Amino acid sequence: MLECKNVVKKYIAKTAVNGISLEIDSGRIYALLGPNGSGKTTLMKMVAGLIKPTNGSITYQGLPIGVESKAAIAYMPTETFFYNYMTVRDVGRYYKDFFPDFNEKRYEDLVQRMDLNMKDKAKSLSSGLAAKLKIAATLARDAELYMLDEPLNGIDIITRENIITTILESAKENKTIVISSHLVDELEKIIDHAIFIKNGSLELIGDAEDLRETKGKSIVEIYKEIYA
Amino acid sequence: MDFNNNIPIYIQVIDDIKMNIIKGNLSLGTKLPSGRDLALQYKINPNTASRIYKELEMDEICFTKRGLGTYVTEDKNKLLEMKADMSKQLIEDFIMGMKNLGFIKEEVIGILEKKY
Repeated sequence: MLECKNVVKKYIAKTAVNGISLEIDSGRIYALLGPNGSGKTTLMKMVAGLIKPTNGSITYQGLPIGVESKAAIAYMPTETFFYNYMTVRDVGRYYKDFFPDFNEKRYEDLVQRMDLNMKDKAKSLSSGLAAKLKIAATLARDAELYMLDEPLNGIDIITRENIITTILESAKENKTIVISSHLVDELEKIIDHAIFIKNGSLELIGDAEDLRETKGKSIVEIYKEIYA
Repeated sequence: MDFNNNIPIYIQVIDDIKMNIIKGNLSLGTKLPSGRDLALQYKINPNTASRIYKELEMDEICFTKRGLGTYVTEDKNKLLEMKADMSKQLIEDFIMGMKNLGFIKEEVIGILEKKY
């Protein structure tokens, strides 16, 4: 469904992504793993079409990243993307203006499930609630591919579980989800595939259960082995 | 349920389901949750959930009624067989562990009689 071929992203002072080739199949949940600065966000932003690769190609359903892919891919950045004056309801309207696939009913459900209130002001939200709001807005899109950049970062354990359950509920058969994280533990049970990135290069990619079976180790242990 | 992440998730859930059948929490012929609901119940990947049902079907512990869902086997012998398999595994692990600690058979039997 998504294919990266020898993708490189160079900035003036450093190479963020250094020749990554990988394929993402439909209907699966992937963990994109690696420590801070390994290139996860850069790779996601290239797939989302926010930045362009210096070299290599990225295709979605056989077409280069562009208008069609952007309509089918829902990307949630690490940064907060709404303005302080907005209420939770405003964020929904704002999203609806941008994305034709935004489902208001689904947004309402997600907002409720995440213990948010439509009347809450975005600026008064705690960091946990702000993170939930981003997830609600992103998952309310009826996209094919969801890319969640660090959805669990800086969030308490109860909220993490809440978010993970919501992600699982959204994982319908035809939906593909890529979750980047350095919190491997939380993702261990819910992923099909793990992608390990190190210094901008692909270190390992595989079916999570196969990796556990062949290595006799958890994804967390494999992570430690790769990055320690 | 607490998982041991070093062991494939599907194996652990299969063991948990078998245990529930043996204990009678899931009686013979009961309808099991859909793959998606199983995934939510155990908070696991939906594809892992379908794999679990596939494996359980292969072992004839479950069967699928087309369009209706997955059910626990109605075969009482299957239950006894599962119970025997699981107890065999437990006993083998126990014996191995006791051997490693240096106990001989008579001592083990002695301990069992006191503790059981």
